[in-house]
Amino acid sequence: MQWLSEFAEILLDTLSDVLPIAAILFGFQFLVLRRKVRHLKRILAGFLLVILGLAFFLMGLEQTLFPVGKLMAQQLTDPQFLGIDVEAFRDNIATQWASYYWVYLFAFTIGFSTAIAEPSLIAVAIKASDVSGGSINPWGLRIAVALGVALGISLGAFRIITGTPLHYYIISGYIVVMLQTLFAPRSIIALAYDSGGVSTSTVTVPLVAALGLGLSATVPGRNPMLDGFGMIAFACLFPIMSVMGYAQLGTWYARRQQQAIEE
Amino acid sequence: MLSNTFVDDASSTLNPLIKAFYESIRDLLPIVVVIAFFQLLVLQQPFPGLLKMLGGLLLVVLGLTLFVHGLRIGLFPIGENMAYDFARKGSLPWLLLFAFALGFGTTVAEPALIAVANEAAEVAANGGMIAATDQAKESYADGLRLTVALSVGFAIVLGVYRIVRGWPIQYLIIGGYLGVVVMTIFAPREIIGIAYDSGGVTTSTITVPLVTALGVGLASSISGRNPMIDGFGLIAFASLTPMIFVMAYGILL
Repeated sequence: MQWLSEFAEILLDTLSDVLPIAAILFGFQFLVLRRKVRHLKRILAGFLLVILGLAFFLMGLEQTLFPVGKLMAQQLTDPQFLGIDVEAFRDNIATQWASYYWVYLFAFTIGFSTAIAEPSLIAVAIKASDVSGGSINPWGLRIAVALGVALGISLGAFRIITGTPLHYYIISGYIVVMLQTLFAPRSIIALAYDSGGVSTSTVTVPLVAALGLGLSATVPGRNPMLDGFGMIAFACLFPIMSVMGYAQLGTWYARRQQQAIEE
Repeated sequence: MLSNTFVDDASSTLNPLIKAFYESIRDLLPIVVVIAFFQLLVLQQPFPGLLKMLGGLLLVVLGLTLFVHGLRIGLFPIGENMAYDFARKGSLPWLLLFAFALGFGTTVAEPALIAVANEAAEVAANGGMIAATDQAKESYADGLRLTVALSVGFAIVLGVYRIVRGWPIQYLIIGGYLGVVVMTIFAPREIIGIAYDSGGVTTSTITVPLVTALGVGLASSISGRNPMIDGFGLIAFASLTPMIFVMAYGILL
């Protein structure tokens, strides 16, 4: 019976998330556009499926991967597990950054795998493949984004461990993005910029936030209130670079093949 | 022969569902492998309640399958149809009002944003920026939430206007980056981390498909626009403007 009340609570949360959106959509449809909605029944069924699906999805995650993953983030960042003598390095823990290798591996793999499971990224990949007439492979795009998130989260962990200021990383990232924009094929630019915001949603945020909090609570000299933030910003920025890089590789490869044919 | 056609019929109706289910399993497999690897091999601990675990995973897979199907038959079509209808109506003010309502309305009640706003109030109280009373924290969190929602509303308006006008996206985004850099110089140190993170948490799983469908629909129904070049980019604005607005909030308060 307990799972039923749990499910009701999650369903209610999802409903309160969807209802304002539905009200805006149908309000404008009936009051401003004043047009009959084509396939109204089908669309309503779609909304119902989205609500139910998201509620099942979240409930399943809360029962399985979230608690284990969050506890894991705590245990993996524990200096005792990592074999780091906190007392000896109280003032210069940054020199011990390499001892945190399990944390980097966890950050990389959890960033990659949560991005692959992220429903909003699946949605954008489907749309991009439809719009490009199939020339953008949804799996290629998702793997490029996931690699970006993985790199971003690992670097975010490194930043918390070394205690370096967040904005240096972000501003350097912006410069790289601007340079890449000059050379990237025009048709990928908007999609690449979008992929940053898309990759951080339902699955990624809770697990990554737990990792950031765990690290900033256990690394000496870090304050969870100040240093725990920033992981999401990294996870938003790096996919922009990796997606543009993926497109640049694609055009480079196509050009090389073209040359090989001509020769 | 008869049995063959029967099998074909059954498989053609079942196939899409089985395929979708299989795809959901494939999407979730990496995260299960990662968690299992660290739990069993690195931390060397057993999984608590294996049966409950499997039941939960079945729910996750089922939920993802239903969500993706609902996306295809519900969220994508309505977003695109409304974009066509707005383009045919030809009224820019109504379109921009719709864009604002969509951005503001989907963000203001977003659970992830509420959580971040509360954390930010906690940080502000610790840093002595506001009084450490529940009332002060609550009004700070509410103000922040409203700020972010306004910024997302503004972002979607700007993004839609860009699609209508056909402006290249990179100039606007680079302008936004400059805005972030300038605000970082002046913003109180405590707020920077939260501001940078607020960009990522505003775009929820339901907003993203809708807004994407709206952009792509608009770009394909306005002549001279290319859905690939002009249709995407709304999410990019929605994850950039909150950073600027939240830092402004930190400076002004």
